Amino acid sequence: MSVHAELQNVTAKLSVKNVNKTFDSAQGKVEALKDINLRVEEGEFVCLVGPSGCGKSTLLNLIAGLDKPDSGEILVDDIPVTGPGRDRMVMFQEHALFPWLDVFNNVLFGLKLKPNLTDPERKEVAKFYLHLVGLDKFAKASIHELSGGMRQRVALARSLAPNPRVLLMDETFGALDALTREQLYGELQQIWQKRKKTIIFVTHNIREAVCLGDRVILFSPHPGRIVQEFDIPLPRLRDINDPALTSHASMITAALKQHIGAKEIAE
Amino acid sequence: MNSANYKRWTISAIAFIALILIWEVAVKGLGLFEYILPPPSEVLKYIWGSTLDGTLPSAILVTMKRLLLGYAIGLCIGIPTGMLCSRFNIFQDTVGLLALGLQALPSVCWVPLAIMWFGQTESAMLFVVVMGTVWSMILATEHGVRNIPPIYLRAASTMGSKGMHTWIHVILPASFPSILGGMKQGWAFAWRSLMAAEIYVTILTGFGLGQLLHYGRELMEMNQVIGVMCIVILIGLIVDKVLFSPLEAHLRKKWGISKD
Repeated sequence: MSVHAELQNVTAKLSVKNVNKTFDSAQGKVEALKDINLRVEEGEFVCLVGPSGCGKSTLLNLIAGLDKPDSGEILVDDIPVTGPGRDRMVMFQEHALFPWLDVFNNVLFGLKLKPNLTDPERKEVAKFYLHLVGLDKFAKASIHELSGGMRQRVALARSLAPNPRVLLMDETFGALDALTREQLYGELQQIWQKRKKTIIFVTHNIREAVCLGDRVILFSPHPGRIVQEFDIPLPRLRDINDPALTSHASMITAALKQHIGAKEIAE
Repeated sequence: MNSANYKRWTISAIAFIALILIWEVAVKGLGLFEYILPPPSEVLKYIWGSTLDGTLPSAILVTMKRLLLGYAIGLCIGIPTGMLCSRFNIFQDTVGLLALGLQALPSVCWVPLAIMWFGQTESAMLFVVVMGTVWSMILATEHGVRNIPPIYLRAASTMGSKGMHTWIHVILPASFPSILGGMKQGWAFAWRSLMAAEIYVTILTGFGLGQLLHYGRELMEMNQVIGVMCIVILIGLIVDKVLFSPLEAHLRKKWGISKD
């Protein structure tokens, strides 16, 4: 396979069908997810929002194949998910980069596991993605020498390098300072437009979700389920400080309060 | 080297040179401790003489061969066993528990048993060194592997790493800081127990540093005893600088652990 073919944009549609998941905890069984149905189109950017404990990260882990649903199924391009796969890359809240490798070799890690590529091709692909996130100069740097924002950029390059169809992001910017985060919102949107991935982005920050997502899926906790969906038809690239985001964000916030409030009254 | 460092080195050097000079003058010039303490010049003379006639270099060679071979065997057994303990509870509850117990045993306590099992042979020496190394290695490896942040394994598995690949490319490097700690401890135990064993037992296939020390005592050659002690200290320091310091520096650079 040539580098050119390797760098082609690929994407996938995703469907979650009647997924349920419970966990055992000290307080007994916890219904993390109940009757989850979700369709994500090819190349769509979907944000999952909700308060903690609503199961959004659990759903992400199920899609990643890091955990299995109790019932229901998850299909990527109509093929059921049975475990982790190179077609679905995950970015975690902590960068999860390997401190024993330098920046370049971190990006190369997933590529080395990809068959049908020669080593020079792998290196070329890694360079391409390091350039994409603007860190060419830091190829030889150690992870601990990088700032939080740079680490997440490397993590993004590492996740993109094996050319997954779906990118799963779990509160990826949650641990960063506000300025760095704002900068990364812009970069992520640009990269998404260039690379055309299907992205599922988990966050509890509603404004962040509105800024990034084509669609925002609202979850509510106990049991974790989807309560409402919102289309965000704003033009790209969006700025987190754009007042146009505010009306969407406040609508979602109101819906969230209503769902949580209604349940508290019912209980 | 900056000027503050330079100053500290100078102070250390002056202090030690002064100590040696005072010692020399006290014994040779003033005749103090004449029979129980040889002057530094005599110690140096012994080291120089025995280096020239080959006894000291050959003893160092014999000792280092035992030490390095036993240490290498200890690492080769200890690291994989530690990994098995971290992965399978059945190993942890048997071998792991045994390691915990035997690690508390000063490794010189293996010497009598080694002699009864192997006689006065090289194998007895090797056995003592291996016993000194292996238990710390098992415990350190097991501890290191168990304390790897789970997120490394999750990240690796999403990138398609599994089985042996994960062990070699993720688990082993991720637990390296802990393994290095075990290597240092194992080295210290092995070195001490080998010296004890060599002083204790004469092995006819080779005279090590411990034996030189022992015969120094038998012959009341005080300068030999102190000379060999100096060599033993020197070897300990050199190994630390040559083997462990570069590894620790590497870790600091890569991982950013304990900046200084």
